[in-house]
Amino acid sequence: MNTEITIDGKKIQAQIGKPLIDVASDNNIYIPSLCYMRGKPCLGTCRVCSVRVNGHVMASCTVPVYEGMDIEVETPDLVDMRKALVEFLFVEGNHNCPSCEKSGRCELQAVGYETGMMVARFPYRFPVRTRDHASKYIWLERDRCIFCQRCVEFIRDEETGQKIFSIDNRSTNASIEIDVELADKMSPKQVKRAADICPVGCIIDKDLGFNKPIGERKYEIKSIKERILKGKPNE
Amino acid sequence: MGQKLVIDPVTRIEGHGKVTIQLDDNNQVVDAKLHVVEFRGFEKFIQGHPYWEAPMLLQRICGICFVSHHLCGAKALDDMVGVGYSKGVDMLPTPEKVRRLGHYAQQLQSHVTAYYYLIVPEMLFGMDAPPEQRNVLGLVEANPELVKRVVQLRKWGQEAIKTVLGKRMHGINSVPGGVNKNISIAERDRLLQGEDGLLSMDEVIEYAKEGLEIFYDFHEKNRHQVDTFADVPALNMSLVDKDGNVDYYHGNIRITDDDKNIITEMDYHDYLDYFSEATEEWSYMKFPFLKALGRDAGSVRVGPLARVNVTKSYGTDTPLAKEALERFHDYTKGKANNMTLHTNWARAIEILHSAELIKNLLNDPDLQKENLILMHSKADWTGEGVGVVEAPRGTLLHHYKANQEGNITFCNLVVATTQNNTVMNRTVRSVAEEYLGGNDIITEGMMNAIEVGIRAYDPCLSCATHATGNMPLDVSIYDAKGKLFANKRR
Ligand code: SF4
Ligand code: SF4
Ligand code: FES
Ligand SMILES: [Fe+2]
Repeated sequence: MNTEITIDGKKIQAQIGKPLIDVASDNNIYIPSLCYMRGKPCLGTCRVCSVRVNGHVMASCTVPVYEGMDIEVETPDLVDMRKALVEFLFVEGNHNCPSCEKSGRCELQAVGYETGMMVARFPYRFPVRTRDHASKYIWLERDRCIFCQRCVEFIRDEETGQKIFSIDNRSTNASIEIDVELADKMSPKQVKRAADICPVGCIIDKDLGFNKPIGERKYEIKSIKERILKGKPNE
Repeated sequence: MGQKLVIDPVTRIEGHGKVTIQLDDNNQVVDAKLHVVEFRGFEKFIQGHPYWEAPMLLQRICGICFVSHHLCGAKALDDMVGVGYSKGVDMLPTPEKVRRLGHYAQQLQSHVTAYYYLIVPEMLFGMDAPPEQRNVLGLVEANPELVKRVVQLRKWGQEAIKTVLGKRMHGINSVPGGVNKNISIAERDRLLQGEDGLLSMDEVIEYAKEGLEIFYDFHEKNRHQVDTFADVPALNMSLVDKDGNVDYYHGNIRITDDDKNIITEMDYHDYLDYFSEATEEWSYMKFPFLKALGRDAGSVRVGPLARVNVTKSYGTDTPLAKEALERFHDYTKGKANNMTLHTNWARAIEILHSAELIKNLLNDPDLQKENLILMHSKADWTGEGVGVVEAPRGTLLHHYKANQEGNITFCNLVVATTQNNTVMNRTVRSVAEEYLGGNDIITEGMMNAIEVGIRAYDPCLSCATHATGNMPLDVSIYDAKGKLFANKRR
């Protein structure tokens, strides 16, 4: 069933129960997002998709459409808040884009561009994180993990459905972990999917490297905004 | 009363170091040293990184010769994944030629920068000219037409680099076993034919020829100075092909003496069997030498002068450079040329040589072929690799080891400026004795002569110390009591 909602003053017919973020993109309104993947259950971990719904700030991927919604997206304080949330992600880890093979196809970097981030206004934390290269096909470059939990939820052992990735500890001690035994059973296709699903250069396919020339990388061909508005983020 | 000189910084060289000159009571030079006071960071920093990141990270040692570092690393990675020269595997034609194209373009670009921005003003205005004039700005005033051409040449070099590596600086093109892109017809034609604001290939060659004329003219007018300034002996070292001619990308390392006899020739993978590195407490830069000959006799010179000394000839496919090289060889009648300022002659020849090599490559249809990577499997993995190329400043070596998981455990870099350490020190000493010794007053021109000597090597001290960031260089003169007598920092 449909209902009328407003986004930034614009009246929109929307299907009740549909994720607000999808309704927005279907109506050509881009809300920056990081952990959300259209068509998959929402994770709600990054909060980058924050908007104001009837006066309350909410992550738009977590909110299903209901009657009487009045939504603000482009209000200056919200724009700045989303940018700040992206900046937080940068200062929380250790990101060195120039030598990162995900550069040009990294969602964090792409959303950094979309939100107009130039530098982080917060102090860098420079966390000390180890790398994990014990599994045969996957290299975990933990410095770049943003704890979105995509890998945890969506990459599972194909036989048993068991989780292959998990997050240990909390807060500043959190760490992405990999079950090496299960990981070594992954098919090349699944390895590729894991590397693709990771929005940053944390899950790395050991055979991939810098295989795409500059100028031909995913977000250099088509921006993340355009992709999301088309509803086809990966084409 | 004795005195000691320090020049600080030796300007207009890449990086930062320090020269000290010790005088005795009669103001004669008793000691002169080039110190490099910076810590080696990159070799340690890269440990723990995935092996395929090495050529990406390590090229950031330098803002000038990054393509050399990138390719040297790429060759080491070819070895490591088991499809490199260490296993006797030849690179596929397309990736090899694409890599060479990037390499020659950088050589052109780097030499043009060193030659016109740093050296030509020196030649045109003389060592005694005031520093405000003796630089590229002085050149703008004296010969704006020339400067316009230089700017266009550099731009062309940058565009050629960008075509291969995707960016003017610190791009990406090589991956283990090959490259990630070939050169399209449109890209090729743009470089060959030029466009609005971009020279054509033939204009590049034309300008390169003019560069050589500038040297000839300067030489004609200043023959005595050019021929006697820091005539210092050293063995000469270069990569050579099977015919004993320089190959900037690949070959054996050949070392020749004053009579151009071959002293040693080696597969560069065996470098460590032949070379040792001495250290001195007064410099972070090491002093490599041939074990068999010892520290003094076994030190080598690398770079343009060394290469033109070692190489027998250039190919008939680079006729202009070939002719220029013959003129160079005739000048010393078959002997090696040890005249430091002739390095600039050699550099001008190599600008022309690279331009001709680039033209040949651009006309090679292999650049458009699709076979870009030599396939390799886990079974081929060797975990160790050595890459050597002739960087603009001379022979460059990268050596890595990684464990089974692909984690870099060891990295050693031997760069051209380090190879030249001993001969640069000899040069500093020679110039100091000749220009400063026995004088009561130290003039700007005398101090500058020291810099001219060092600059002939176009040293890259940020490469040599693998330091992150830039460092300036400084010249001081000390008297016999160890008191600072003169210091230079511009
Ligand atoms: S993961 Fe993304 S943001 Fe982080 S270093 Fe790599 S490219 Fe940059
Ligand atoms: S590894 Fe990648 S996908 Fe997994 S939580 Fe970290 S950032 Fe997200
Ligand atoms: S995209 Fe909505 S919380 Fe991450
Ligand atoms: Fe350098």
